[in-house]
Amino acid sequence: MEEIIIVKGLTKTFILSAKQQKIEKTNVKVRTAVNNLSFSAYKGEIFGLLGPNGAGKTTTLRMLATLIKPDSGDALIDGYSIVNQSGEVRSKIGFLTSELKLEEFFTPNYLFDFFSALHGIDSETAEKRKKEMFSRFGIDKFAEVKVADLSTGMKQKTSLCISLVHNPDVIIFDEPTNGLDVLTAKVVTDFLVSLKNEGKTIIVSTHIFSLIEKLCDRVGIIIDGGMFVCDTLENVCQGKPLEDRFFDIYSDYCKREDKEI
Amino acid sequence: MKRSSAIITIFKKELYRFFKDRRTVVAILLPGLLIYVIYSVMGGAFSDQFGVDNEFKPNIYSVNTPESIKALTASAEIELKDADSGQQEEIKTQITDENCDLLIIFPEDFDKKVAEYDPTSGTEAPGIEIFYNSASTNSTTAYTMITSLLDSYESSMTNKFDVNHSADIKFDLASERDLTSAIFSMLMPMLLIVLLFSGCLAVAPESIAGEKERGTIASMLITPAKRSDIAIGKILALSLLALISGASSTLGIILSFPKLMGGAVELNGAVYSVTDYLLLAIVILSTVLVLITLTSIVSAFAKSVKEANGYVTPIMIIAMLVGVSGMFGNGASSNHMLYAIPLYNSVQCMIGIFSFDINLINIIVTVAANIVLTALGVLVLTKMFNSEKVMFNK
Repeated sequence: MEEIIIVKGLTKTFILSAKQQKIEKTNVKVRTAVNNLSFSAYKGEIFGLLGPNGAGKTTTLRMLATLIKPDSGDALIDGYSIVNQSGEVRSKIGFLTSELKLEEFFTPNYLFDFFSALHGIDSETAEKRKKEMFSRFGIDKFAEVKVADLSTGMKQKTSLCISLVHNPDVIIFDEPTNGLDVLTAKVVTDFLVSLKNEGKTIIVSTHIFSLIEKLCDRVGIIIDGGMFVCDTLENVCQGKPLEDRFFDIYSDYCKREDKEI
Repeated sequence: MKRSSAIITIFKKELYRFFKDRRTVVAILLPGLLIYVIYSVMGGAFSDQFGVDNEFKPNIYSVNTPESIKALTASAEIELKDADSGQQEEIKTQITDENCDLLIIFPEDFDKKVAEYDPTSGTEAPGIEIFYNSASTNSTTAYTMITSLLDSYESSMTNKFDVNHSADIKFDLASERDLTSAIFSMLMPMLLIVLLFSGCLAVAPESIAGEKERGTIASMLITPAKRSDIAIGKILALSLLALISGASSTLGIILSFPKLMGGAVELNGAVYSVTDYLLLAIVILSTVLVLITLTSIVSAFAKSVKEANGYVTPIMIIAMLVGVSGMFGNGASSNHMLYAIPLYNSVQCMIGIFSFDINLINIIVTVAANIVLTALGVLVLTKMFNSEKVMFNK
């Protein structure tokens, strides 16, 4: 199997401001969000990053999406380095997170054209793709409505379409079903499966066990910025439900680190 | 993708954003309209307040009115009502109450005393007492009318020579061109700098800090479009918007200026040639680029539009001071090196253009310095767009 994403020793630290130190009642000035993280994802699979809040999932995905730079380490996406070839990486990936907002003043139709142009897609191809994506997600019904007037589900669908205007081979998806109603969540998960069937590689981060069980071929469990287990879903679960296995792994970690669960 | 197409895409999006939204269009164009309305109303109010009504007939009482003065006032169509010395106090009260404008008390046998008086004798000259009310415009006007009449009567009696007597000769040789240039070169640089800066303030914080605050800039940063292209596209679009805003305000001022001055000063913008206006446009364009770059960088530092407006205010004050500096001093500076200082160079160039003292080298130095500064600003903004600390500080 072809390794399309190779993550090698990614490390990211953040400096805590005096205010943050006070809120978190700590004297530590530097927090390690991601600590020497390595893993690979293969072409055509859905790879899940599982971990509790604050484990470093989002930071890892933001580094892969070139929004932030690692302190050390690197990752190759389809052969391009996130550190030195960020422009090329950005044209290869589609990144979707609640952090990336759409300007509320514009309509889905305008935004699709705008982002297609920024991705350098010719207008004919963009028009064709827009038609296809908009009818698939039912956006054609509100294509001329300002984003400000759309419901959360409609906004999420629009964001999803727009993050994929350039039909990328690698899709990075941070908490894909967060804040969505069950119907929209199903549309999104079904879409991820169909993307996989088209041969795309998808990385999702989540703390929802059922989502991983339903979607992912392989899973990596991140705790405190480090990768604990990274294997096929089958091997990680060892015949148990994922939730039970996660807590086994987590309690092992806590015992070793002398922490309370 | 082609660099130019990313710049054009961002440029078009920014313009679309501002022109499709009624609120932002109002924010850009309203200052000009407001200035026009306020100045016109102010001008109207001034002329109502201080202007002399041609139809004004003062209500004047006079005690012991001599024949000579009767003839004088009659020819000036001013009516003097005769009063007794006994009515003095009553009339004074009326003046205080603004029911009457003036009370003039001549000494008895005024004409005779004046004829007999010898200025070299050292004795006191015959005196006229005029009671008036300085709080009443009518009374003050009547006072001025009577005193000037009496002054001219007095000087006519001892007339030995006249100065600028003829009404047919134009003694003030200042041309319309000189007057316009004196007023324009004093006021316009400051006004233009302040108005252009206001234009920048209306667009830059909203477009840069606003996008950061709303999280929409990150959506653009995730595309393969170069960050420098995003910076250039934004700066060009915002400069155009600031220019439109500045032009609207300038138009508001120029149109309402004659009304504000109540026609007291004849200003004519047509004294400047097309070349003058063209040079002015080039200077303004390069100035707007500098101002927009500056406000954009400050806005990129800020976490919100509100914060950006707070940061920009001190810079606005500095810009105003530089603008005001042009109102003093004697014409444009001749030291070429000084034209490398941003804002100061623009003010000096504008003074030069408005006072017909154009020095092409100074304008070239100014435009070159402003373009170099803008290019450096684009580099800084690109670096900021690349910096996660700046773009994602919360």
